[in-house]
Amino acid sequence: MSALKKSPWVLHYNATSCNGCDIEVLAALTPVYDVERFGIINTGNPKHADVLLVTGSVNEQTREVLKTVYEQMPNPKVVVAVGICACTGGVFSQCYNVYGGADSTIPVDVYVPACAARPERIIDGVVEALGILEKKHEDMKRAKKEQKKALKAGA
Amino acid sequence: MKERCDVNLSVLLLFIVAPAAIGALLLLVKNSTLRKVIVYPVSLAIIAGSVWLLFARFNGGPAHDFWGIEAMNWLTLLFGGVIALYLLIRSLMEKRWLVSVFVLVQAVPILFLEIANHFGVKGVPHVLIENCLAFDRFSLIMALIIGIIGTLICVYALGYMDEFTHHHHEFKDKRRSFFFILFVFIGAMFGIVFSNSLLWMYFFWEVTTLSSFLLIRYTGTEEAVKNAYRALLFNLIGGVAFAGAIYWMYFSTGTIELDKMLILAPQKSLVLIPAVLLAFAGMTKSAQMPFSGWLLGAMVAPTPVSALLHSSTMVKAGVFIIIKMAPILVNTYAGMIIAFIGMATFLFTSLLAISQRNAKRVLAYSTIANLGLIVACGGVGTEQAVWAAILLIIFHAVAKGLLFISVGTIEHRIGSRDIEDMQSLVVKMPVLAIFMVVGIAGMFLAPFGMLISKWAVLKAFVDTNPVLAVILAFGSAATLFFWAKWLGRIIGITKAERKGEESVSIHEWISLYPLALGTVAVTAIFPLISKALIEPWIAQVYLQVLGNAKPVGLGESNVMIMLIMLVLMLVMPIGLLYYRASRKNAKLSEMYLAGANVHGSEKYLGSIGVVQQNETKNYYLENYVGEKRLFPAAVTTAIVLLAILTGVSAIWRN
Amino acid sequence: MEKLIAAIVFVLAAPFVGGLLAGVDRVLTAKMQNRVGPPILQPFYDVLKLLSKESMRVNRTQNFYVFCFMVLIILTGAIFFAGFDLLLFLFALTLASVFLIIAGFSVPSPYSHVGTEREMLQVLAYEPMLIIAIIGMYQVAQTFSVGEIALSPKVPMILYLPGIFVGFLFVLTIKLRKSPFDLSTSHHAHQELVKGITTEFSGPTLAMIEVAHWYENVFLLGFVYLFFGWNPIVGAVAVALVYLFEIFLDNAEARVKWQLTVFSSWLVAIVLGFGNVAVLYVLKLLKVI
Repeated sequence: MSALKKSPWVLHYNATSCNGCDIEVLAALTPVYDVERFGIINTGNPKHADVLLVTGSVNEQTREVLKTVYEQMPNPKVVVAVGICACTGGVFSQCYNVYGGADSTIPVDVYVPACAARPERIIDGVVEALGILEKKHEDMKRAKKEQKKALKAGA
Repeated sequence: MKERCDVNLSVLLLFIVAPAAIGALLLLVKNSTLRKVIVYPVSLAIIAGSVWLLFARFNGGPAHDFWGIEAMNWLTLLFGGVIALYLLIRSLMEKRWLVSVFVLVQAVPILFLEIANHFGVKGVPHVLIENCLAFDRFSLIMALIIGIIGTLICVYALGYMDEFTHHHHEFKDKRRSFFFILFVFIGAMFGIVFSNSLLWMYFFWEVTTLSSFLLIRYTGTEEAVKNAYRALLFNLIGGVAFAGAIYWMYFSTGTIELDKMLILAPQKSLVLIPAVLLAFAGMTKSAQMPFSGWLLGAMVAPTPVSALLHSSTMVKAGVFIIIKMAPILVNTYAGMIIAFIGMATFLFTSLLAISQRNAKRVLAYSTIANLGLIVACGGVGTEQAVWAAILLIIFHAVAKGLLFISVGTIEHRIGSRDIEDMQSLVVKMPVLAIFMVVGIAGMFLAPFGMLISKWAVLKAFVDTNPVLAVILAFGSAATLFFWAKWLGRIIGITKAERKGEESVSIHEWISLYPLALGTVAVTAIFPLISKALIEPWIAQVYLQVLGNAKPVGLGESNVMIMLIMLVLMLVMPIGLLYYRASRKNAKLSEMYLAGANVHGSEKYLGSIGVVQQNETKNYYLENYVGEKRLFPAAVTTAIVLLAILTGVSAIWRN
Repeated sequence: MEKLIAAIVFVLAAPFVGGLLAGVDRVLTAKMQNRVGPPILQPFYDVLKLLSKESMRVNRTQNFYVFCFMVLIILTGAIFFAGFDLLLFLFALTLASVFLIIAGFSVPSPYSHVGTEREMLQVLAYEPMLIIAIIGMYQVAQTFSVGEIALSPKVPMILYLPGIFVGFLFVLTIKLRKSPFDLSTSHHAHQELVKGITTEFSGPTLAMIEVAHWYENVFLLGFVYLFFGWNPIVGAVAVALVYLFEIFLDNAEARVKWQLTVFSSWLVAIVLGFGNVAVLYVLKLLKVI
């Protein structure tokens, strides 16, 4: 188990959420659920984050922002769509101003459908995301090794 | 030891007179190219001459044997009168009554005394002046500073003034007289550091005052003339004190020679008052509080003037005399008060510098602050303090000279003196930015020179008076703030083009590079300078005057670690370049603007959908350390201290 | 020779000690907040994770400045534990801090910029007190050498320097980046200006900053030890108590504005620090000590 699994730093971004899922995300940090047990810290800076928690559907105003925030996260990174709005757009999916869930803009790794998602579910989703994060890390390491081999062979 | 050449009086006199003569020649040269043809070899000669002094040995003979001395006596009398008359008439014509009064108050008594001593007047005793000139290691250090840094700045002025005249058609082209005054000034500076006779030193002192006056008012604008007169007035106040010291020495002790004055040092009742008067004159010349206003106002002059007169050399003459007086001021209350005036100046001006956006004003405040440190060391007067003071003089002259001329060149390219406009200088003009970084680092960072000297000052203070050390602590914290702020502005990286450096003239590069290299080199060889020049001088003077001399220094292990750090700092740029090259493949990202970046990092989407520019500016803490708040407080503190000084030295004589 | 060994021991051991200290900090904080908190080795996991992330940059110089910062902090600590001059230690520390400030300035994004300005204000706040503390130590021990002060002091420094000690504790809060003075960046999850001066750094660079802070914490606590060095056990206990006190203060206080930080620090430096120095000076003049 690499250090990634033991120290996932979370960035929480609210696209158009009603704040219901947001409150549950923050509740997970409180002493009742205490996700810091797993080394999870809520950092507000994409450049420091490993896990992106997205709540709410994506509309015109938040599309670019979501993309930029995702791009400014260094690899390896995972995205967890929290709440049904972030998964598919929820009850707003047919609205004219809504693009859809988070996966309309960025690749999503774990979906946590619920309205509002309870802290237990969110933690469950994050733990699953950590497994995917591990795998991505392994892939990244392998790709780097191959790149190095190719450079050596080419040179 | 090889046979060393002898430095005798005629050689010293040459140093004084030759630059002035060249200056007179330059007065006739209108053609810019011809001027360069003259200035370069002359500068080279002066530099060579100064370096030659390093390896020479002084062999002075009695003054009255050499015809040059007698000629110089007549010249000082004649030109002294001419200068006084000129200043009197000019100030009367331009209705500066106070200045006229101060001119009269010192010129008349001094001229009278010179005539009386020479021709004999009933009631005035005759004073024999054995040695008008003297040369020791301290004069050598000063001569090197004047000869090398001074001439480099003159070379710089060749390029700068051409551009200045080109940019500013609204000002009359007075370059002929500009260079004339510059070279006369250099001669006069040599005169000050080589003088042993107080009358001669007074004459050269006044020549530098006059040079400063004429150069500050170069552009002829109302502001320039006003500031020139302010500088003149404050320097004249010092001149009156200088004249007072001469009169006291003449009539009380029967000698007006510096070396003899120092021998009398143990008899405080005899020499303390003239020492304090001379120190006062030094403080006005070095723009200590409450006289700091003149140096700040002098920043309206063209940059070579600011670099040469108002940071590297003329203001050093003020602290030069104070350090010379140190063996007399040590262990006296008067000396301690002078130290407090210096430290108060240091603290206040360091804080004031934080609030300044004008680059030259920041440099001016920093200069005054460092001069305050040197004055404080002179006032404390112990061997360790004087050692620190001389180190400060050397390091400050180089680094500040570099900073001033860099700022001058940069100003011509970006059209502004505002620090905020120097954002991303490292991208636009990398070489100039590096020079600025070297200069700024040289002013406050370990392991560079000024830090070494500040360390020495701290060590000197803790042994004498910890209160001074505490004031140093606060002022030093303030200096870090404004230097780091400026440094950050220069090395910040935003999207910008590299342009501007192509148009810098060769003359400016020829003076920039050596000064930058010099800032680093002087740091590296300071142990050598200390062992070869500073420590022997201190030992000699203190042994002779006070009978014993305590050892000075920072400790061998400390010096070694500093040198290690210096090596690290020199390796750092190489590492940086290598790192930059290797990072081409790292993932590029934009600045974090809460995800609202628009087209990279330049703009972001603000509220109500308005696109905003991503701009940052520094803190200037105007409300806390602005001039409105602190300047009056500083002046008041200094005036109170001066009053105490007068009381202590006049009444207590201790 | 012992100096070299001490320095090497510091360079190799301090990250582990510092990381453990950081872990203790987080566990105790959690307990004070009625939570379980992370495992005590969490800071090491954090740093290892950061090292395994990809390297990201906004410009090509910022990460190098951070590297210089880390190297210089290590040098500073080495100077301290090798027993060299206290003033040299202070100046090296200042040099290192300037590199962090430059790193922050090299990316002029709003959060980074304001964080860096505040970092400079923090330096403005604590530097006078640090110098005064060193002056006080010199007055008592008549030497600037850390080795001499730490290993064979004949007098308990704390008896002569109570004011300076309290003043030093005040600015230690600033140096350790604890509330109420954690203005420029924050630890754990106390966000301030997003992440203030460290906003634009990620992955391995952030790991370097973290490790540099561990080194820094070790030698800052070492400085605290100097006050009690005349008895090693008392010294160790004092250091532990001071650290616990700082953790407690961190959790009890809210962040204050920079004006309060700077002015209160200077006031404390003048009243407690300078006061202590003045009293010692007068006592020396009167030949009491």
